[in-house]
Amino acid sequence: MLAFVFVTLGSISVYGQDATTSDGEPAAPVEATSGGDAALGEALFKANCASCHKLYKKAVGPALFQVSQRHDREWLYSWVKNSTALIATGDAEAVAIYNEYNQSNMNAFPQLSNTDIDNIIAYTDTEKPKPTGPVVDAASTGSATGGSSISNNIILGALAVVLLLLVVLLIVVNKTLKRFAQANGIQTEFEEEERTPIWKAFVQNQFLVLVTSVFLLLASAYFAYGALMSVGVDQGYAPVQPIHYSHRIHAGSNEIDCKYCHSSARESKHSGIPSLNVCMNCHKSIGEVADATYQEGIDEYGIDYNKEIQKLYAATGWDSDEQKFVGEESPVRWVRIHNLPDLAYFNHAQHVTAGKIACQTCHGPVEEMEVMYQYSPLTMGWCINCHRETNVDLQGNGYYEQIHKELSEARGGRQLTIADLGGLECGKCHY
Amino acid sequence: MATTKKYWKSTAQLDDSNEIVKNLEQNEFASPIPSDEFLGNDEAMESSSTSRRDFLKYVGFSTAAASLAACEGPVIYSVPYVNQPEQIIPGMANYYATTIANGYDFASILVKTREGRPIKIESNKEAMYRGHANARVHASVLSLYDNNRLKTPMIKGVESNWEEFDKQVGDQLSSLNGKELVVLAQTFASPSMNKIFSQLKARYSNVRVVTYDAVGEDAALAAFEARYGSRALADYDFTDAETIVSIGADFVGDWQGGGFDKGYAKSRVPKNGKMSQHIQYEANLSLSGSNADRRYPVTPTEQKNIIAALYSKIVGGGANVSLSDKVAKSVEQTAISLKRAGSKAVVLCGVPDQAAHQLTIAINEALRSTIVDTVSPIMTRQGNRKSVDALVKDMNAGKVGAIFIAGVDPVYSYNDSDAFAKALEKVSLRVSFASSMNATAEKCNYVATTPHFLESWGDTEIKKGHVYLTQPTINPIFKTRQLQDTLLKWSGSSQSFKDFLKETSKASGSSWNQSLQDGFYKTSVVVNDSEEEVEREVISNSAALSAMASAKKPSGYELTLYTKTGLGDGVMANNPWLQELPDPITRTTWDNYVTISQADAEKLGVVNENVANGALDGTYVTVTLDGVQRKLPALIQPGQAAGTIGIALGYGQTAAIQEEMQTGVNAYPFYKNGVAVQTVSVKDAGGTHEFACTQLQNTMMGRDIIRETDLETYRTGNKDNFNPMPEVSLNHVETPVTSPDVDLWESFDRSVGHHFNMSIDLNACTGCGACVIACHAENNVPVVGKTEVRKSRDMHWLRIDRYYSSEDSFEADEAKKDGFDGLFGDNGSLGGFGELEVPADNPQVAFQPVMCQHCNHAPCETVCPVAASSHGRQGQNHMAYNRCVGTRYCANNCPYKVRRFNWFLYNGNDEFDYHMNNDLGRMVINPDVTVRSRGVMEKCSLCMQMTQMTILEAKKDGRMIKDGEFATACSNACSSGAITFGDINDKESEIFKVKQQDRMYHLLEEVGTEPNVMYQVKVRNV
Repeated sequence: MLAFVFVTLGSISVYGQDATTSDGEPAAPVEATSGGDAALGEALFKANCASCHKLYKKAVGPALFQVSQRHDREWLYSWVKNSTALIATGDAEAVAIYNEYNQSNMNAFPQLSNTDIDNIIAYTDTEKPKPTGPVVDAASTGSATGGSSISNNIILGALAVVLLLLVVLLIVVNKTLKRFAQANGIQTEFEEEERTPIWKAFVQNQFLVLVTSVFLLLASAYFAYGALMSVGVDQGYAPVQPIHYSHRIHAGSNEIDCKYCHSSARESKHSGIPSLNVCMNCHKSIGEVADATYQEGIDEYGIDYNKEIQKLYAATGWDSDEQKFVGEESPVRWVRIHNLPDLAYFNHAQHVTAGKIACQTCHGPVEEMEVMYQYSPLTMGWCINCHRETNVDLQGNGYYEQIHKELSEARGGRQLTIADLGGLECGKCHY
Repeated sequence: MATTKKYWKSTAQLDDSNEIVKNLEQNEFASPIPSDEFLGNDEAMESSSTSRRDFLKYVGFSTAAASLAACEGPVIYSVPYVNQPEQIIPGMANYYATTIANGYDFASILVKTREGRPIKIESNKEAMYRGHANARVHASVLSLYDNNRLKTPMIKGVESNWEEFDKQVGDQLSSLNGKELVVLAQTFASPSMNKIFSQLKARYSNVRVVTYDAVGEDAALAAFEARYGSRALADYDFTDAETIVSIGADFVGDWQGGGFDKGYAKSRVPKNGKMSQHIQYEANLSLSGSNADRRYPVTPTEQKNIIAALYSKIVGGGANVSLSDKVAKSVEQTAISLKRAGSKAVVLCGVPDQAAHQLTIAINEALRSTIVDTVSPIMTRQGNRKSVDALVKDMNAGKVGAIFIAGVDPVYSYNDSDAFAKALEKVSLRVSFASSMNATAEKCNYVATTPHFLESWGDTEIKKGHVYLTQPTINPIFKTRQLQDTLLKWSGSSQSFKDFLKETSKASGSSWNQSLQDGFYKTSVVVNDSEEEVEREVISNSAALSAMASAKKPSGYELTLYTKTGLGDGVMANNPWLQELPDPITRTTWDNYVTISQADAEKLGVVNENVANGALDGTYVTVTLDGVQRKLPALIQPGQAAGTIGIALGYGQTAAIQEEMQTGVNAYPFYKNGVAVQTVSVKDAGGTHEFACTQLQNTMMGRDIIRETDLETYRTGNKDNFNPMPEVSLNHVETPVTSPDVDLWESFDRSVGHHFNMSIDLNACTGCGACVIACHAENNVPVVGKTEVRKSRDMHWLRIDRYYSSEDSFEADEAKKDGFDGLFGDNGSLGGFGELEVPADNPQVAFQPVMCQHCNHAPCETVCPVAASSHGRQGQNHMAYNRCVGTRYCANNCPYKVRRFNWFLYNGNDEFDYHMNNDLGRMVINPDVTVRSRGVMEKCSLCMQMTQMTILEAKKDGRMIKDGEFATACSNACSSGAITFGDINDKESEIFKVKQQDRMYHLLEEVGTEPNVMYQVKVRNV
């Protein structure tokens, strides 16, 4: 009995799972001719093929949409498993493709079984989501939000009308009451006794004048000082860059390490604006952003991310159709955000590598910044405060070991700050 | 009682009828105030519609507008690479080994580049020979950014392109009609160049290569060739030398190409109570003479006699030589010490006479000297004056159809330059391979613009068997093409010179990549020397001996031409660093002059005097040789042999030289037949010339600035005898000044971390000036120009003081000072100090590099009202420029006078139109060091940026710092090893050991400043 229950439960759950998978396939694939599983195919495609192939667009290799209709299935099996061997046999179809794509060899995938390949083919037969899709989406969301705003407006309008009515009502009541009072001969207006106006009283009170003027002077001095001290401090400086580069997407959503692009921060005084070849490491195969991201850019920031990627291609001379560099390079003139005066020497490596300071300590939540801005004031007071307050993480650095031990003893065993190491000396930053 | 006493200022005032006095009494100012000049134009003033109020309004508005505009920060762009080269990390320096071979200086060097631009030259310590850069080589990086360089090839003075250029020259080359094609070139000593010449010869039937050195070594080359069969120069390694005798050879300077100072300095540092003895016979006071233990001022003729005398004493031959008693006695002593030292002795000859060199070779052979290396000689001088003279004749005769002139400027440097220019015009195709429109290029119809050596490939066999490679450290800045590429193309090859060079170097069996990284490779492949036919003159030793012995003093002055540490032969005359580098001996900048002895000056009526602000003025003299007459200022030089004068070559260029750099007088017209010694007549020409000297006090007046002792006293080992600690009286007890009891100050605790000290060994310092230029390059030291130097406003962070003794020796000076008794009388200090100010006729000379001493008890720090000068835990005295308000209290309170004040903005200022005033020149600026502005004080930082960088590298790697890693620009540049720098908290370090030496002392120790820079007592082996 129990066993029966278990089996039924198990079968139900299995059935349930199956149902969800098939139900959960939103863009129902075109009836796969040989019945491959498009979902499994998608996973395989992303793992093995996506770095060179796209479904609807030429990349390093050809667009794979409906590849099964262009080639014989058996041919596809042997091509995928070892294209080089196929070309070597002199197969006309294979040689033609080989020549079309600059005689670059496709990796061999002997590990893929025919079923795997079937699955992939099933996935490649997936119709492109209708281009109107997202627009419809946008429209629907737009109308939805629009609807809610309209309803809000109506409520607000109704409230306003009610209030207006109340005000009118009050005035009417007031008038009526006054009329009643007059009719009954009750005095409604009282004469106020003569009093010195408050400003006169204030002027006559010399003490108050003195105190106020002292206060005003101090206040204006305070603000004037603040204004003067902010001259040349560009905290919050967020210039428009020639290419709208979103740190939010790269460092935030995609969690790319800061030092992947700003690699010289580890070695050098400059963090370095990455050279464009670093961008192209990824963007060779990322020509367009995901649809959701695209929409977010349009809605939230008014930026067409895809166009921004095209700017990068223009600068590096990348022809995305031909998938090659055509050699017309035009360096990008980025606007520098963090500008220290020449008289101050700052070294990134000292802070990043030796000091193990996180980039965000000075640069703020970069991973949330759609537009990069100067987070810290970069004033000397700000530097010095940090040098006074920060305890140094000296663990595991052979250079510091002895100095740390000796200094720590000299300072009574307490944790050392940069100031203890001489980080407040003028000549450490000014030479 | 009223007095009628009249006070008068001059006797003229007593004369009532004196008009001048009357006028002066009526006018408040001696000369009229030029107020009318700017207010006098009444019409203009009245017709102006601007009232005073309007004017004030304008001032107000413009000030407000300017301040508003200033609130808006400038937009700064940052443009990264599109494709970043793998080895470049922005902000990090790269070093490349390369070789300078400009015909005068040959050295293997490291080039420091930042973001792809060379900014500094360092010595290549890996190179076994000639791996050290002198002052000129250090400065050569600035010549890369010379604004006067040509930017394209030139055809008849008009900018052109290489296609057109190749076509035109190619056409003319193919229609030579059997006429000769001559290549007149500098000494290349290059294996690949020789191959290219033979390709050229294969292509064009009638080719001749003539090698020309502006400053040649014909006599030495001829003598060497006569004895050893190859046209080269002997090499010398003085490291183990015991007795060095030099007759007219400035081997510490530029004699035979220089580069001997490293080994020399090693032999000069006393080790186990032993050091070399150096005896110098010379006419001009040279660097070598200044460093010598004994120096005898003798005329060039006497030098010949001395060689004959030495030859007779050591080799034999018994020549009858007439010498003055003093010199004869010294020659006897010299011969004895030469014989005693035997194989560790060496005689050097600087007399421009083949016979003299032949005798010297014979003496060294008789001594079996191991100091001389004739097996692997130096190849860097191969010029032949006679072939050049013959060429001039052939050009005049119309035999030459085409001439290629490469690396030399004969229209400037040939003695009869008019004749050369005239002869040159008879050649129809004249191609100059030059990087600027120099005097010769101006006379050529084609200029094949060549790149700087830092943009070029090349190879140079500096020493036989040792080939040094040149590699580019920057892409060519202009549309230039190097000589080798052009010649390869014109001889029909399609190969690039880089590939050609690679092939050549691989043929010797070395690895190309390794050689390129090291900067050199060794080869046993015998390279053909220049195939030039040289007329050989054979003289027997006996004939040479009698010629030398019978040399008679000519009537007239004997002129010895020399080259200065700064300008050398004049190739880099457009280099402001070199122009402003003080001559190590005279301490004069921006000039050449006639050096003359005090006795001769009196005879001729030549006067040197200091004007009110201390600057030096001198009268002119006219020097005449065979109708060639030049007027030069005369500078009275202590130590100059009577009856001789000296003039420096390399000055007086005007073609392609910026106006400020057109200094001095060209002395090449006196360089007849390429012989540096000539007999001339000298006449006083009156007038006043303004010198710009950086040192005006020439003697130490018996003070304790440079400590000296002799080897014997030093050998006693008792420090009190030669290096006593100054004492002060505390409660009537003499106490050393370093004792904490007499110290006013609390001392910092410097036991943890680094504590930097620098030591300067006065025995090893030759005064060469390489450190000064290295300091300029590293620390962005501005050039201020001649007029400012004359006002003592030079900006050198590091100076090399030179002192003359007033008596025969510094010791005698001190004895004289100590012997003063009262104010007046024979031993009175009043007259005595006056006498001590005058240098002796043949003084002892000592050099002392002085930079900021980084005092632990720094007087400058306590007087700064804004705390711009402060002390670091690591021993450095910091200077925060942005904090300085320019009170100059610190400079006034500094006992060492090492602080420099920026009287003006020296960068981006048309009044100081040197390299910091143009975009090209500014490329040399070190990005790690602030460029100072007007109104701030600056000084040596002990190369803070370099020590900080060393520390950071260690932190990045997580390791301790090894001894020898810390360096400064000057300690790196010091080839003689005089400057040691390091961390004295590291008890194993070299600097710690040096500090414990007996010879260690601090400058002005008695002041109690406790400097972090120390000196080592100079020991003389007299």
